This record gives sequence, structure tokens and C-alpha cells, in this order.
Amino acid sequence: MSGGSYYVPASSKWPILAGLAVGLFMIGTGIVLVFDTGMVLLPIGAAAIVTVMALWFRDVIRESRRGLYDAQMDRSFRWGMGWFIFSEVMFFLAFFGALFYVRVFALPWLDGEGAKGVSALLWPDFVASWPLMNPPDTNVVGPEAVVSPWQLPLVNTLFLVASSITLTLSHEAFKEGYRDTARNCLAITVLLGVLFLIVQGIEYYEAYHHLGITLQAGIYGSTFFLLTGFHGAHVTIGAIILAVMLWRIQKGHFSAHNHFGFEAAAWYWHFVDVVWIGLFIFVYVF
Amino acid sequence: MAPQSPPKATLEHSQSASGSATADGFQEEHHYRSGPLRWLLTTNHKEIGSLYLIFSLAMFMIGGAMALVIRLELFQPGLQMIQPEFFNQMTTMHGLIMVFGAVMPGFVGLANWMIPLQIGAPDMALPRLNNFSFWLLPIAFTLLLSTLLMPGGGPNFGWTFYAPLSTTYAPPSTTFFIFALHMAGISSILGAINIIATILNLRAPGMRLMDMTLFVWTWLITAFLLIAVMPVLAGVITMMLLDINFGTSFFNAAGGGDPVLFQHLFWFFGHPEVYIMILPAFGIVSVIIPTFARKRLFGYASMVYATAAIAILSFLVWAHHMFAVGLPLVAELFFMYTTLLIAVPTGVKVFNWITTLFRGEITFETPMLFALAFVVLFTIGGFSGLMLAIAPADFQYHDTYFVVAHFHYVLVPGAVFSIMAAVYYWLPKWTGHYPDERLGRWHFWLSVIGVNLLFFPMHFAGLAGMPRRIPDYALQFADFNMASSIGGFLFGFSQLLFIWVVVKCVRGGVKAPANAWDGATDLEWTVPSPAPLHTFETPPDLRDFKFH
Amino acid sequence: MRKGFALAALLAGLSGQFPISHATGWNMPVGVSQVSRDVYDLHMIIFWICVVIGVVVFGVMFYSLFRYRRSKGAKAAEFHEHTTVEVVWTAIPFLILVAMAIPATATLKNMYDASEADYDVMITGHQWRWQYDYMGEDVTLFSNMSTPKAQIAGTEEKGEHYLLEVDEPLVLPVDRKIRLLTTSADVIHSWWVPDLAVKKDAIPGFVNESWTRIDEPGIYRGQCTELCGKDHGFMPVVVHAMEQEQFDAWLAERKQAAAAEAGGVDREWGLEELVERGEKVYATVCASCHQAEGQGLPPTFPALAGNQALMDDLDRHIDVVVNGVSGSAMASFSGTLSPVDIAAVVTFERNAWGNETGDVVQPADIQALIAP
Ligand code: HEA
Ligand code: HEA
Ligand code: HEC
Ligand code: CUA
Ligand SMILES: [Cu+2]
Repeated sequence: MSGGSYYVPASSKWPILAGLAVGLFMIGTGIVLVFDTGMVLLPIGAAAIVTVMALWFRDVIRESRRGLYDAQMDRSFRWGMGWFIFSEVMFFLAFFGALFYVRVFALPWLDGEGAKGVSALLWPDFVASWPLMNPPDTNVVGPEAVVSPWQLPLVNTLFLVASSITLTLSHEAFKEGYRDTARNCLAITVLLGVLFLIVQGIEYYEAYHHLGITLQAGIYGSTFFLLTGFHGAHVTIGAIILAVMLWRIQKGHFSAHNHFGFEAAAWYWHFVDVVWIGLFIFVYVF
Repeated sequence: MAPQSPPKATLEHSQSASGSATADGFQEEHHYRSGPLRWLLTTNHKEIGSLYLIFSLAMFMIGGAMALVIRLELFQPGLQMIQPEFFNQMTTMHGLIMVFGAVMPGFVGLANWMIPLQIGAPDMALPRLNNFSFWLLPIAFTLLLSTLLMPGGGPNFGWTFYAPLSTTYAPPSTTFFIFALHMAGISSILGAINIIATILNLRAPGMRLMDMTLFVWTWLITAFLLIAVMPVLAGVITMMLLDINFGTSFFNAAGGGDPVLFQHLFWFFGHPEVYIMILPAFGIVSVIIPTFARKRLFGYASMVYATAAIAILSFLVWAHHMFAVGLPLVAELFFMYTTLLIAVPTGVKVFNWITTLFRGEITFETPMLFALAFVVLFTIGGFSGLMLAIAPADFQYHDTYFVVAHFHYVLVPGAVFSIMAAVYYWLPKWTGHYPDERLGRWHFWLSVIGVNLLFFPMHFAGLAGMPRRIPDYALQFADFNMASSIGGFLFGFSQLLFIWVVVKCVRGGVKAPANAWDGATDLEWTVPSPAPLHTFETPPDLRDFKFH
Repeated sequence: MRKGFALAALLAGLSGQFPISHATGWNMPVGVSQVSRDVYDLHMIIFWICVVIGVVVFGVMFYSLFRYRRSKGAKAAEFHEHTTVEVVWTAIPFLILVAMAIPATATLKNMYDASEADYDVMITGHQWRWQYDYMGEDVTLFSNMSTPKAQIAGTEEKGEHYLLEVDEPLVLPVDRKIRLLTTSADVIHSWWVPDLAVKKDAIPGFVNESWTRIDEPGIYRGQCTELCGKDHGFMPVVVHAMEQEQFDAWLAERKQAAAAEAGGVDREWGLEELVERGEKVYATVCASCHQAEGQGLPPTFPALAGNQALMDDLDRHIDVVVNGVSGSAMASFSGTLSPVDIAAVVTFERNAWGNETGDVVQPADIQALIAP
């Protein structure tokens, strides 16, 4: 490198270490799931991923702070983050697709309606409904009750919507140069994210212990935990990213014009929010 | 999208203080490392491109060796070499490795090498991410291959891994298979993001989108397809993981799920996936044919639109792989019509290539030979695809060797030939030497004869009623299979010649000038051969450059 | 490069030259039903369309390759665009496709109309055999491949219908509309008979409809066409079509046999006869997983020979066979084997391959378990 304006790092050990860390983590998880032993590689892999990510991002932050990145580099980051979020959208779309397919096609068919209604020959007693309380095969025990959308989920919706607002406030404040306001609003955002996760934890506890909604409780439990679980994982990641941004604001890393790290985190958080609205409507309300 | 050119002066630096940064101990690695570590840690697009290509070749050999095991067993009726369980593992692994390990990384390697050179960029937009994308692959495929040694064996449910054969009835190693695919998927997504960012953001000033070569165009669209569908694959294998390990019922009617849901999700990924394996090939052929016909590509704009049309349509045809699963009639008709439509933009491409040849000034160097064979044999594969698209007839073709013939025609003399054409075409740029023309011709003719002997009889076997994925077959299919097997070995062993040509070319040969082919006009031919490690560190001045 | 021509010519020549026989030869069989003939016609039409387009396209291509080579002194022309031409070659293929889609749509609609059938047959796929239920007739049969292992291993000469023969074919009357309902008990299978142009996946938990009306008496062979595990290649379909009277007689005979079989449950069975019967059941049903000598394929399929834990626990042995092991490939056999067969196979397993428990399981006890 040298000469050109576009910064190309000469070499880096983090990518290959990151690859190994991911591999370690996945193999570790596989060993636990398949052979039911060896809780060794899994935590090592997870720790390795976190460490390598921290070190990799540390390099990026340092390069950025040294002014090695020009506006073109900034655009590369923007395209990168944008398309990454698009890939996440598609990931959730697959899960929503599964939910719609089951509700609109599979269950009615099993109950004798629609193009493949003959399938009811196999399940004479089955009645389709959503939420599905009584799965076709009586050996699969369905849930006893469902989560009411107007209690905890509504609270959570409010938390996330509020967090989006505080995050936007934080960003605007930052652009205007009110660093302290920005920091405070961001802190509230993270707090709301954490509250969301706590409430979801309570909800899961309720679901498992009082409502009989489990992963094994037929397709309702399956889709419920698939969608809310992966969303929850994204909230966790988003909250951690925002916490890092809080720390970086504190450290004075960003300027009013140059704070793409912060913006990327905000994009991600808004995306997670929008997914929740979809969840609230299609998993809880309808 | 409006043509956009980045401003010439791209030197505006970030506003933040830069002085204090060195204080926290940051050390920039100024010099290039040497030795093996250099290859492990590289961020250079050319080196990463080479890594991808080497990896792809290795996987092609492994996947090919598995195919030869299949062909050996099918040489004659009866079970001679291997047992059905192992046969199924070979079929599955062959498909997976060729698709995810050989063809996709092959194209990504070419993209890494050539996209920055063709758009005048100093490197890929996100060089470290690029290295990460690559290194996930060897890890993923080592894990995938290791499943063969696990108790119960490796994946044995076909590369399409339909539930519940791949869930309730699968060997224990399936969980590892899922994780391997997750890693390959992450690699693809990140690689595609990088390619898009590079193309949209790093073009030399003055190069509009409609100035880009078709190779760059097709890759831009392919990368979009990758980002759109790889996450869906990740989603569906995650659901499998839950069904296997956590007792969910996504693909199990007993709990209210549906095995066919798996197929919808898989093919929503799977069909665009097959175009991911052919669009870059279209791009390659579209740069090689004009070079050796010494004539501008006919219908540049319609080529771009046709590529986009194919990509868009590819999201609307997925259930043509599922005509026999019992879809409702309306769905069946919808997917039949959309699938037929794809022939229109693809036809435009074929016609454009041929019109480029028409009244050209043609010579037949090895890259051109492979490109021409591509046009003919891919079209034959496209024709059989069109036959498959006729839903009522597909009831007869589906899951027979007719389908196997179809997809090998589009994949082997299609995708793989295009990669070989590209390698012959760009080897002078990579190594500074011309590949040995005489050996190249031998390689070409043996491959063409071998590949047709290998895959053409499969049409007949399929029409006569031979199902796919069977280790043994009825006597009336014996002659076709014997011919196929002989062709398979001929084609397979001819590839050793290819390796020889490449190795020879890396080590020496006739020196190539900057512009190695007299008909070539694209930007990569303005840099010296071999291309130095760093090119276009300052963007080239394109004011006088004649695009295509 | 000249190969393109050669191949097209070869293909065209072959399809005309070779007589169409049933499920053999080089081309799709014409088949023995109206639908199969319609499908065959569609196949040939699209094939010839492709040949014609291929001849034109490759014709221009090879003409150019010969005429405009540099070695013959060709000089490159300059043109690189021509809107009219491009519109034309977008429109013409489109019209061809529309023309193609019309008959295809008609045939497809017809294939989907399974109403007003004379007989309903429920086809259930199992790993790895077919079950046929004549609905409303109380007749059920199981159809296993009957090709001997020795032929597959190559120690015996292969017969004429190698891999395409079964112990019990699906028997159907000609000239009657038969509705075929396909489903599966385990993984996805697919039921295919080329001569009928019927191929339908058998999806566990769902039922698919299709239908056929066979014109000519005869024996028509096909195979399972969806990868369904280890013995997917050894799961043939055989349909025996006969005149209505013959079919009626066959059905009546079947009903009687079923009744007689049911009677056998009540009597006391001896060890010898159970083992003898059990050995047959084992070979046709269980051996595909647990292997001929009971050695299994661990860890996927457990061994039954020398399985001490199993031999010590007769109740569990019976329970596993009757109810299956949920979430595994071991299916419940209470619906697919008769009580006599279950008793026989368990007795056999407990007295074979060095398992010498001497246990005798009575069919009546199994019957009591299944229908208390
Ligand atoms: C590179 C990969 C690739 C490509 C490019 C294609 C291209 C096409 N494929 Fe193929 N296909 C596969 C890879 C590919 N396929 C694979 C891997 C499978 C099997 C998966 C599995 O089950 O394992 C498969 C299976 C498959 C099926 C399912 C078969 C079955 O399982 O029953 C169908 C059905 O419609 C189909 C159709 C098509 C069509 C219509 C095209 C079209 O894009 C082709 C268009 C091209 C042309 C038509 C030729 C050129 C056009 C002209 C010269 C214009 C004029 C022509 C006319 C108007 C006729 N393909
Ligand atoms: C791009 C993808 C790609 C490529 C390049 C190939 C290449 C080949 N394929 Fe592939 N094939 C698929 C993708 C591909 N295939 C897919 C997706 C399936 C479906 C899988 C499924 O059903 O799930 C399939 C299925 C498939 C089948 C059907 C299996 C079945 O249904 O049971 C067969 C059978 O002949 C076959 C054969 C071959 C052969 C002979 C080659 C040849 O081109 C290979 C060339 C050989 C070499 C390159 C070997 C070189 C190595 C050496 C010379 C070293 C020496 C080796 C030995 C001594 C053993 N393939
Ligand atoms: C499709 C494959 C398949 C077929 C066919 C099959 N089995 Fe099994 N069998 C299995 C599998 C898999 C298991 C292991 C189940 C588990 O415990 O997870 C098993 C377990 C058993 C066991 C319990 C062994 C133990 O140690 O726990 C018995 C007994 C048994 N099978 C008997 C039979 C009999 C009798 C038949 C035929 C009527 C038969 N099986 C047919 C797959 C099969
Ligand atoms: Cu049953 Cu394949
Ligand atoms: Cu497709």
C-alpha cells in the first residue's frame, strides 16, 4: 500500500483467526448437540469469536481515528452494512414465509380444506386453528394457552418503539453537537433494549412453565420460538453494539460529521425494531 | 440506477483527530510478509483470488473423484464396488462439493482477481472481510468432508436434503453438515457484499455502470442474488437443526408442519442458486467471444437487461423442481409459465453471442474454443431445461437421469467450461506467460468428447425410465451407463491435463505482453502482465479509454 | 465444434428409428393411457421445436465460424446493435412458448381432475416397499421387490426383470378410472409408472391425488423416484392391469384370504411354524435395516443378533415392533403387519442368529395389545 487514497491494509491476522474461531464454535456446538458431551470447544469458540471481533474492530477504529479512511471508504462501509441488513431481512423473510405457509396452506389442508384437502383422510379428528392448540397427531401435546398480545408483548412493543425514538434523538443530538444529550439518549436506548430482553425472558418462562408453549408443542411452539428467539438474539447483538457505541462516544471517538459506526448500529437497531413490529402483528395479534 | 461516477478527488479525510491514534500503540503493517504466513493473512485481491481458484480446483478434483466412484459403481448393473449407503453419501457429497466448493468459489476467485482490474480499483472494497470470506471455506469443507468418517456416515440425503429424510431419518453427522453449510453460506454472503460494494463504489472515475464489462455486470447481479437467497438457505437449515435437536415440527405433519415447506424454502434458494452458477459464466463468455471475434459485443445493453430479467424471474420459478409433489393446479400453472419465460432473455443472450461472431474476424485460441463449446452445449442443456419446464411432461422426466443430463449440461460444459475458458483467457495476465496452446487444445478436445459421451446418453437413460440416485439399475439401462462411465473417466482424467497446463504456465512459457490477445479491449489489458501485486492504486485516467 | 450438428442429427435419427416399446428403448414410452399419450405428444412437440431452433441457431453459428475466420482473410465488421432484430428475436421465442403452453395447460388440467373415479386406491410408501389399500374393499397388499440378493451381488445370473419385479403387484382393472391417493409412512417416496405417465410424491402426513385409466391389459413397471434412504433403488412399482371380470375374481379371492388370515390369530401357534413364517417376514421387511444376519448397521440401525439387553426384555421387544420408536426410522408395525406376522417375526428374532431364548409369542397376545 501507499500512494493511493483508498486505504488497503497490508495484511491482517484477524480474518483467518475469525474463521478458525467460527469453526471452533460451530464444531463445539455440534459436539454438544450430537454427542451430548464436551462443553469445552463451544465456550472456547464463543470466547474466541468475541475476542477476535474486538481486536479486529479495534484495528478498524484505530485506522479510522488515524484518518486513513476517506469518503470513499465511508461509502464502502455504508454499502456493506446496507447489504448486510438486506441479507438479514431475507433471513427473517424465510421464517415469516414458513409461518404464513403453515397457517394459510398446511393446516387447512390437514383439516380437509383446499387443494390438498384429501390429506384429512389421515387425520380424521383434526381441526385446524391458529394458534394451533391441538396438533394433528395426538401424541404431540399442544400448548394449553397462548400469550396474550396485550400484556407483556405490548409492553415490549412500547419499549422497542420508544428505543427507536430515543436512538433517533441521540443521533440528531449528536449531529448538532450535543454530545451529552446524545450519550444520555443512547444510554436510555440500551436500557430499553435490556428491559425488552428481561421481559422476553419472563415471557419465555411463563410460556414454558404455565402455558405449555414449548419447542415440542407442535407448529405453534415451533414458529413462536423460532421467530421470537431469533429476534431476541438480534436484540441482544444490537444492544451490545449500541453499548459499544456508548463507550465510544464516551471515549470521544466520533465527530458530528464522522460517526458511521454509530449510524450503522442505529440502522441495525431500527431494522430489529421493524422485525418486531412484524412479529407483534403476525405472531401475537393475528 | 443512474450512472454515477465517484468524484475525482476522493481524498477528503475524516474529520476526527489523527494524531492521537498512534499514541495508543497502533502499528501499521507496512511491508508485505513473505512465506506461508503471507498467504494466510493477505488482504490482496489477487492473492485471495488465487486462493479461491486453488481451493476450487482442489474441490473439483475431490468432487470429481466422488463422481468417478459413482460412475464406477454404475458401470454395469449389480452392486460391485460399494454399498447403497455409501453410494448415497457419494452422490450427496459430489453434488454439494461441486456446487458449493468448486463452481461458486471458482467464480468468486475470478471475481476477486478480475473485478478490481476491470473497473480500475486498487483492491476489493473491504479487503479484510475478503480474506475472512475465503478462510471460512476450507474450514467449512474440512468439516463437511469429515462427516464421512463419523459414526453413521456423512450426509446421504442428496444435495437437496429433503426433510424428513434429512431430519428424523438422518445420520447423526447431519448437525455438522448443517454447520458446515452455515459457514459456507456466511462466506458467500460476505463475499457478495464485498463484490457489490466494490462495483458500486470503487469504479475508476469516469466509468459509468453501462461502461462496465459484462463480467462485472453479471457478477453485480449474481452478488445480489447471493445476498437475497443464501440467508434463506441459512434459515431453512436452521429449522432443520431445530427439528433434529430440539423436537420442533416444522417439517412434520404430526405437529402441524409440512415436509413440502422444506422444499419451498430450499428451492426458493435453490433455483436462484443455479443462476448464481451460470450468470458469471455468461459474463465470461461475453468478454471472450468479442475478443476473439475482434468485434464489439452485439447488443451490450440488451445483454445487461437480459441478465437482470433472468435474475428477477429466477425468484418466481422455484416450484418447477416440485411439479410432482402435488402442488395445487394454479401453482403448477404459474410456475410452468414463469419458467418458460426464462428462455426468452436467455435466448437473447445466445443470439447476441452468435451475432457477435457473425461477420467477425475469428480465431480459435483455447479460451475461444471453450467459450464456443459453452454456447453450443449450454444451449443444449437449456433446451432440456425447457422440456422439463412443461409440467405434464416433467411428471415423466422428474427425478430421472434426464434431469441429471440437463443439469450437467448447463453445469459442466456450462459453468465449468466457462471457468476453464476464463482461466485460459486470463492466465497470461496472472502469470505473464501464455498457456501452452497445443496442450490446451488437447485438453479441450478430450474434454468435449468426454463430456458428451458422459452426459448425452443420460438423456436416453432418463427417458427410458432410469431414476436418479440409485446405486443399481435394471438391465435395459446398461449400455447407456457403460457409455457414460467411459465418458466420465475420459473427461475426468483429461482434467489432469488442465492441471498440467496451469502448473506449466505458472512456471514459465511464452512471455505475454500487457495486452495478451490482440482483440482484447478491456481495462485489465492496460496493466502489465503479470499484473503487479498492486494495480490502480491511483485511479486510472479513463478520459481517452474506449469502453467495450 | 461440429459436434453440435452431429448430436442433433443423432438425436433426431434415433427418435425416429427406434420403435417405441414399453419402458425400454431410447425414448419416453408412449404408454397405455390417454394421458400418457398426451404427455408423449407434448414431449415430442417440444423436442422437435428445440431441434428446429437448434438447427437454425447452430446453423448460423457454424456458418459464421467457417465463413468469418481470420485465416480466411475475414475482416471484422463494425455493427453492434440493431433494435429491430433484437425485438424480433425476443418476440418469436415468446410466441413459440405461448404456443407450447396451451396444450400443456390442457393436459395438466386433465391430469388434475381426479373426480368421478370408479376405484380409489391408497398407496402408502414405506422404507422400502409399497402398500396398496383398495379403499372400501377391505383389501390391503404389500409389494416388496422380489429380485434375489444373489442377483444383485452378481453371484447369480440376473433375470429379465431384474430389480423391476415384486411379490405382489398392484392389480387394476382396465378401462376404469382409478383414483390414486399417495402418502407415506416415513420419508418422501414417489410412485412412478412410466407407461401410465403417473408420478406422484408420497408425502408423510399428507395425501396427494392422481388418477389413471389403463387401456390395455398388461404388466407395467416403474420405480420409486424420490430418494428415500438406503434401498431407494430397490423399491419397484409393478402394476398388473387386467379385464374387469378377472379383476373382480382376484378381488374376491383376496377378500377371502384376508378373512382366513384374520382367523389364524385365535389359534395357538407352535415355535417351529412361527419361526418359519417369521423368517420370511424378517427377510422382506426387517432385513433392509437390521441386515440379513441381524447384525444391523450400527449406529444407525441397531443389531438384533446378540443384543442381550433386548433378549432380556421381551416386553420391550414386542413394544418396539408394535409401536415403533418415535423420532427414528423404526416404524410402528401394528398397522402394516398382521398380528400373526408380528408374533412370528419377534419369535424368529428371539430364536435366530444365536439368540436362543426359546420364547414363543402368540398372535393372540399381539392382537390384544393392538386392539384391547
Ligand atoms: C447452471 C445451472 C442451471 C441452469 C442455467 C438451468 C437452466 C434452466 N433449467 Fe435447470 N436445473 C439445474 C441447473 C440449471 N438449470 C439443476 C442443478 C437442476 C436439478 C436440481 C436437482 O434436482 O438436483 C435443474 C432442474 C431443472 C428443473 C426441474 C426438473 C425436475 O427435477 O423435474 C427444471 C424444470 O423446469 C429446470 C428448468 C430449467 C430451465 C427452463 C432453464 C432455462 O434457464 C434454460 C434457458 C435456455 C435455453 C432455453 C436455451 C437458449 C435459448 C434459446 C436458443 C432461445 C430460443 C429457445 C426457445 C424458445 C425454445 N431445471
Ligand atoms: C457443478 C457441478 C457439477 C459438476 C462439475 C459435476 C460433474 C460430474 N458429475 Fe455430477 N452432479 C451434480 C453437480 C455436478 N456434477 C449435482 C448437483 C448432482 C446431484 C446430486 C444429488 O442427486 O443430490 C450430481 C449428480 C451426479 C450423478 C448422479 C448421481 C445419482 O443420481 O446417483 C452422476 C452420475 O453419473 C454424476 C456424475 C458426474 C461426473 C462423472 C462429473 C464429471 O464432470 C467429473 C469430472 C471428474 C473429475 C474432475 C475427476 C478428476 C480427478 C481425477 C482424475 C483424480 C483421479 C480420481 C480417481 C482415480 C477416482 N453427477
Ligand atoms: C427403516 C428401517 C427399519 C426397518 C425396516 C425396521 N427397523 Fe427395527 N429399528 C430401526 C431403527 C433405526 C431402530 C433404532 C431405534 C432407536 O432406538 O432409536 C430399530 C430398533 C429395533 C428394535 C429395538 C432394538 C434395540 O436394541 O433397542 C427392534 C427389536 C427392532 N427394531 C425390530 C424390527 C423388526 C422386527 C422389524 C421388521 C418387522 C424392523 N425392526 C424393521 C430401523 C428399522
Ligand atoms: Cu422409496 Cu425411493
Ligand atoms: Cu430451477
